[in-house]
Amino acid sequence: MSETSAMPDGRDPLGRDTIPKFIAYNAQHRRDRPAMREKDLGIWQSWTWGEVADKVRLLACGLAAMGFKRGDKLAIIGDNRPELYWTLAATQALGAIPVPIYQDSVADEVQYVIDHAEARFALAENQEQVDKLISIKDRLPKLEMIIFSDPRGMRHYDQPYLGDLEKLMANGEAYSRAHPNFFDEEMAKGKGSDISLICYTSGTTGRPKGVMLSHDNVVRSARLAIDFDKINETDEILAYLPIAWVGDNFISYAEAAIAGFCVNCPESADTVLQDLREVGPTYFFAPPRIFENLLTTVMIRMEDASSLKRGMFHYFIGVAKRVGRRILERKPVSLTDRLLYALGDLLVYGPLKNVLGMSRLRLAYTAGEAIGPDIFDFFRALGINLKQLYGQTECTVYLCMHTDTDVNPDTVGPPAPGVELKIDPTSGEVLYRSPGVFVGYYKNDEATAETKTPEGWVHTGDAGVFTDAGHLRIIDRAKDVGRLTDGSLFAPKYVENKLKFFPHIKEAVAFGDKRDYAAAFINIDLAAVGSWAERNGIAYTSYSDLAGRPEVYDLVKGCIEKVNRDLSSDSSMAASQIKRFLILHKELDADDGELTRTRKVRRRIIAERYGELIEALYSDRDSIAVEAKITFEDGRTGTFKANLKVATAETYATMRKAG
Amino acid sequence: MTVEKKIGPTLLKVDNISLSFGGVKALTNISFEIREHEILAIIGPNGAGKSSMLNCINGFYHPQEGTITFRGQARKQMRPHEAASQGIARTFQNIALFKGMSTLDNIMTGRLLKMKAGLLSSAIYKGPAEREQIEHREYCERIIDFLEIQAIRKVPVGRLPYGLQKRVELARALAAEPTLLLLDEPMAGMNLEEKQDMCRFILDVNDEFGTTICLIEHDMGVVMDISDRVVVLDYGRKIGDGAPDEVKNNQAVIDAYLGVQH
Repeated sequence: MSETSAMPDGRDPLGRDTIPKFIAYNAQHRRDRPAMREKDLGIWQSWTWGEVADKVRLLACGLAAMGFKRGDKLAIIGDNRPELYWTLAATQALGAIPVPIYQDSVADEVQYVIDHAEARFALAENQEQVDKLISIKDRLPKLEMIIFSDPRGMRHYDQPYLGDLEKLMANGEAYSRAHPNFFDEEMAKGKGSDISLICYTSGTTGRPKGVMLSHDNVVRSARLAIDFDKINETDEILAYLPIAWVGDNFISYAEAAIAGFCVNCPESADTVLQDLREVGPTYFFAPPRIFENLLTTVMIRMEDASSLKRGMFHYFIGVAKRVGRRILERKPVSLTDRLLYALGDLLVYGPLKNVLGMSRLRLAYTAGEAIGPDIFDFFRALGINLKQLYGQTECTVYLCMHTDTDVNPDTVGPPAPGVELKIDPTSGEVLYRSPGVFVGYYKNDEATAETKTPEGWVHTGDAGVFTDAGHLRIIDRAKDVGRLTDGSLFAPKYVENKLKFFPHIKEAVAFGDKRDYAAAFINIDLAAVGSWAERNGIAYTSYSDLAGRPEVYDLVKGCIEKVNRDLSSDSSMAASQIKRFLILHKELDADDGELTRTRKVRRRIIAERYGELIEALYSDRDSIAVEAKITFEDGRTGTFKANLKVATAETYATMRKAG
Repeated sequence: MTVEKKIGPTLLKVDNISLSFGGVKALTNISFEIREHEILAIIGPNGAGKSSMLNCINGFYHPQEGTITFRGQARKQMRPHEAASQGIARTFQNIALFKGMSTLDNIMTGRLLKMKAGLLSSAIYKGPAEREQIEHREYCERIIDFLEIQAIRKVPVGRLPYGLQKRVELARALAAEPTLLLLDEPMAGMNLEEKQDMCRFILDVNDEFGTTICLIEHDMGVVMDISDRVVVLDYGRKIGDGAPDEVKNNQAVIDAYLGVQH
């Protein structure tokens, strides 16, 4: 590798301080290596670093020809498409600031972000996004231009403020000929301290905040992460997480440009699992639910397999669970077990990893939520180097990462290189200092001052503890940690996560702060419970019908009682056992504002909307009538009426763990 | 975006068609025309003769009386494959796909009439047959992209949910590059979201490819929304013909649907 490693603080020894400069470097030093791939008409098309750099130059010149200049903002909304990443780079090369927006945001949310960011231009991937922007254009006086990248269905649009990305590039070509040095000069003007990106955080409370990250934040954090995991130009990733999420921006854009590896864009959101298999990435980032879904799918498919295959699968998975992790972590394992594992690899793990698209995977991360220890161990047992990462937008993605040989599913690992962590002794909140610490919230100094102390420490808002091995364990949001009336500690998320580790439970919301006992709402997982119902001959008509079945209540009760038994063995958490619960008639949904776009529970909104149900949990009633407002996918609303059962689960006396 | 559509001259003319099965008169003296680029809906209560009408147009049934003129050419007895090679494609009320074949292969069968390679060159494959195959595959891939069914490209059709099977059937009909597309209840049995998708696809096909579409549909909301003209049948007779709004206010149509008060 021609690259030298980063300096200890993450700075680049060659002085490259913005991502466009790395792209220009790649265009010279790895001109013919693939930089991006995308499937078109069923065939993977690729672009080399040389081609990508050309596209970025044309786009930047095209934007400049339209009067777009340093300091302006460009909103980007759409799926992971090469053109969107190129435009991101073009914007930064001009010294302007890209503002990526979640592609599934409703028009109101998009309007808020564009308005708040004062974006002059917007890039929309396709007709769907353009329609969304047109519908709010009247309320966005500062938005001058909407550029679309996919012309399908756009023929009859005649709004004067609409522009085609192809035409923009053609204009860029002409502009670039007329001003041959323009692009290089503009790019050279960029400094590490400039703002490179404004990411709006989904925010569990209130309106999203615009996190300003500088080029230094991104470049230095990415360099340190690349050295930490020895990421290099031969790596391959699949870019399928929202561009608006800082993690995708970091991996599929910043790390890719710095390390020079290839980014593959899926054909469509529905084809991700197939594309994963075709691409066979070496580096993969996914929230826990993706690993959960993969495991659930595998297990459901195995139930239907012939008894020979099923027997073989379970036997070798047993072997893998026993020794797989030790082999992966290069710890001593007996020869017989090694041979058995090798045989298992030939017969089960190899083919399974191939089907999952994980044959070449050497580095996998999960973050965002706690992952079930069973799920985590399953993948590690197969020989997949799955690790946890902890971080947030404000620190440019990561604070803690597991090392390859010291992994524990209950923790998020030790502080990463360059990161200083401390825990506030009174509130239990985790604070940090790192090269990735954000510049501030855009146009919100008050919030910036609340989050960042004058000494540069940043509040994460998460409560955590350090384990003896020096790993950080996150227990809950600091503000959500409460106390039961008897004074014992209650961390709702800790309990919810334990519940959600059961495949039948998709979502759980636990209550207990200032109450006599803990109680919970449960959302069943339609796929898992549906399949269970089918196997047990239980007929149902709809989600709400299934959710209300007494058999399903018994099933969920069983899960809760297992959690209670588990909690009872830990004296500090024993009081958090769930005494009463109900199964919600509808799935909690981001469109109804009950979850964030990253699927985190919004407690305040749930407490407001389901206040009566919560009261029912703390009364002795055994059912309650609900009338709920629901928003359909198409934006219409309707009401739903049902009678929900409230059930009681067994709780256990505190036990001491034997030994 | 509403844009004036360029509705062209008559593409297909149905003239005094009568069809009976033994003593049952399925269609009596039906006349209407389908104009180029329009979306024409045929509606009517159950047993009104809508499907029979489509079957006459694409040559499944041979009406005892009357003529059908397609692109200025009158015809009386025609077989379905002749209709297909003239540019009439259709989908069926109860899906008629090859269940064991993949989505892609099913769509490729729609290209069958366009394939020219003979037995020998197909057997050799390298050379002209391969080039042709690639050309057809590309066309099918465009349709797959258009109808957003990339994710099920290689899935056997029998394993797909109903709504998607309907979409595959539409894809196969489109693969034949039809001038006239006949859709027999394209939205039957679908949920709201699937219906909306299908509506969008039908409008897009009409707009992007300029395909003339004649569809049978029961969902009045859909019919009124997407069609340019509506023909109403009842007991094998035509009782209405015109723009959606006209038809909606036509007393005979209201009576047929809601029953006449006596």
